[in-house]
Amino acid sequence: MAVRVQEADFDIAAEMKLLTRGRTDIGAIATFTGLVRGGAEGGGIAEMTLEHYPGMTEDELARVEAEAQRRFDVQATLIIHRVGALKPGDNIVLVMAASRHRKAAFEAAEFLMDYLKTRAPFWKKEQKADGTAEWVDARESDTEAERRWSSGAR
Amino acid sequence: MKICYFAWVREKVGRSEDVLDVPGHVVTVGDLMQWLKTQGAEYEAAFAQAKVIRAALDRAHVKHDAAIGSAREVAFFPPVTGG
Repeated sequence: MAVRVQEADFDIAAEMKLLTRGRTDIGAIATFTGLVRGGAEGGGIAEMTLEHYPGMTEDELARVEAEAQRRFDVQATLIIHRVGALKPGDNIVLVMAASRHRKAAFEAAEFLMDYLKTRAPFWKKEQKADGTAEWVDARESDTEAERRWSSGAR
Repeated sequence: MKICYFAWVREKVGRSEDVLDVPGHVVTVGDLMQWLKTQGAEYEAAFAQAKVIRAALDRAHVKHDAAIGSAREVAFFPPVTGG
């Protein structure tokens, strides 16, 4: 189990090696990577700044990870979330879930992302190419994605 | 009491944190937002749409009706947008 909040980029292959080092009980790893989207039309995004609540972020990510471990048969999980100034195409977030079989790995990775998006205290601000800047609004679809894990729909 | 602000709440208040003496009638997180609104134009602007603002007590999410009790740190911020 590991949670990291950092300005630096991450190396997916290196993280995967670390997660499985010395272990032979893992048969499947699902990874999800979130990237900065460039945005549409002429008002595309020049830069995105990720703000967070130091201390609470780590606590909240650890709670999300513990919940995933409780719900799914996973051997190991990893969450890395970047903060600071990012450019379109840059990595933002990495989630890994390692399990004996693929189903738990896929489900745990999706669960980690759905919970992280509605609970971890991060905020995105987009700087547009035209010089304006805007805080990104929370999406109702993210809240719905989180809710379905408790609605019994799955 | 230490009060922290993040994202557009921080920008509207004009700083990232305050240490304030809060009157005794402020019991819940919601009470605190209503009281802050009376503390100057910047707070009035920041908490004008108090309903959409989220709160944490000692770094854990809480609802507006949560009692502040002996919490050392209260935080106000918009709905989160990470991931």
